Amino acid sequence: MTPTYYLLLSALLFAIGAIGVLIRRNAIVVFMCIELMLNSVNLTLVTFARINGSLSGQVMAFFVMVVAAAEVVVGLAIITSIFRTRRSASVDDANLLKY
Amino acid sequence: MLHTGLVLAAASTTDQIGPGEAITFWILGPVALLGGLGMLFARNAVHSALFLVLTMLSLGVLYMMQQAPFLGFVQIIVYTGAIMMLFLFVLMMVGRDSSDSVVEVLRGQRLWAGVLGVGLAGLVVGIVARSLTRVSSVGLNGPNGTNGGNVSQIGRSLFTDFLFPFELTSALLITAAVGAMILAYTGRGHGAKRTQREMMVARFRGEHDRPSPLPGPGVFATGNSVATPALLPDGSIAPESLSEIIEATPVAEFDHDLAEVADTAAAPDAHALTGSEEVRS
Repeated sequence: MTPTYYLLLSALLFAIGAIGVLIRRNAIVVFMCIELMLNSVNLTLVTFARINGSLSGQVMAFFVMVVAAAEVVVGLAIITSIFRTRRSASVDDANLLKY
Repeated sequence: MLHTGLVLAAASTTDQIGPGEAITFWILGPVALLGGLGMLFARNAVHSALFLVLTMLSLGVLYMMQQAPFLGFVQIIVYTGAIMMLFLFVLMMVGRDSSDSVVEVLRGQRLWAGVLGVGLAGLVVGIVARSLTRVSSVGLNGPNGTNGGNVSQIGRSLFTDFLFPFELTSALLITAAVGAMILAYTGRGHGAKRTQREMMVARFRGEHDRPSPLPGPGVFATGNSVATPALLPDGSIAPESLSEIIEATPVAEFDHDLAEVADTAAAPDAHALTGSEEVRS
């Protein structure tokens, strides 16, 4: 077994997250899929840090986590404010900018 | 960076994956994939969140196996502990029944998205599997074994090499906090608070269903909960006192209390224990 398997696992997780973003309609579930993609990228960073013997990859993964936390806070606030005005959390219903 | 890493890899191959790590990977990897698939296909958004928690926990353990103990714990504490709980919080606020609509706005979008996603997975997996077959990892035993281990090394790296991004992170976090407060703030209700007099006038003008407040729940000696219905003078239930979301207590259970209140119950004999009979006046 080589560390490549970790990369394969993270590739599969990233693809699952991408599919979820495309096919799910609930905005919160779409957000969770984005989180899954960020997590898989973190796994890639950690694996490459190990392969290269340098801690920079782990620091990068740490930064990704910080940015993900900030993104989740703002995104969920946006979802709640949209839900408050539209009474719906579906991404299809947020079409005010359409016309 | 990659170049030096490959050179180092050629120089020393000290990092061997033992059977313990292999077993852990082959257990937790499928578990993580299962969690991801479950999140993708769960109808209920809460189930999706719980499946994602499963995936994140397995990924945290995988980080620890990959000589990143600090990130592993941060993953469990921050991601599963804080972020996913925030998700569940918002889910409960937005409504648990916010299931997906089955109407397709774009025709065939789901089918094409599935095809593209599977294609992406096949492409990336194929590329990684073909290009990184004989990769030998250097391992982090060097950096993790010197100067106080993994956590100190990451801290040192944060405050030396990555100091500027780290400072930018603080700006990002404070912006996110302020932005979330602004976005989620609703202000003080709708309009000014009405006085009691204005409220009463509005009630009698017919702006509400009834001029008086709803009757409260019934209060008996054995029950004063919201589930207790209020009784009208003739003993029947006041329908307005029943909550729609709480299953009310059946009135038959209160027959005994009603009888006591109405003084028609059989009073216990005060001399039942002494044995001496006394005629009640």
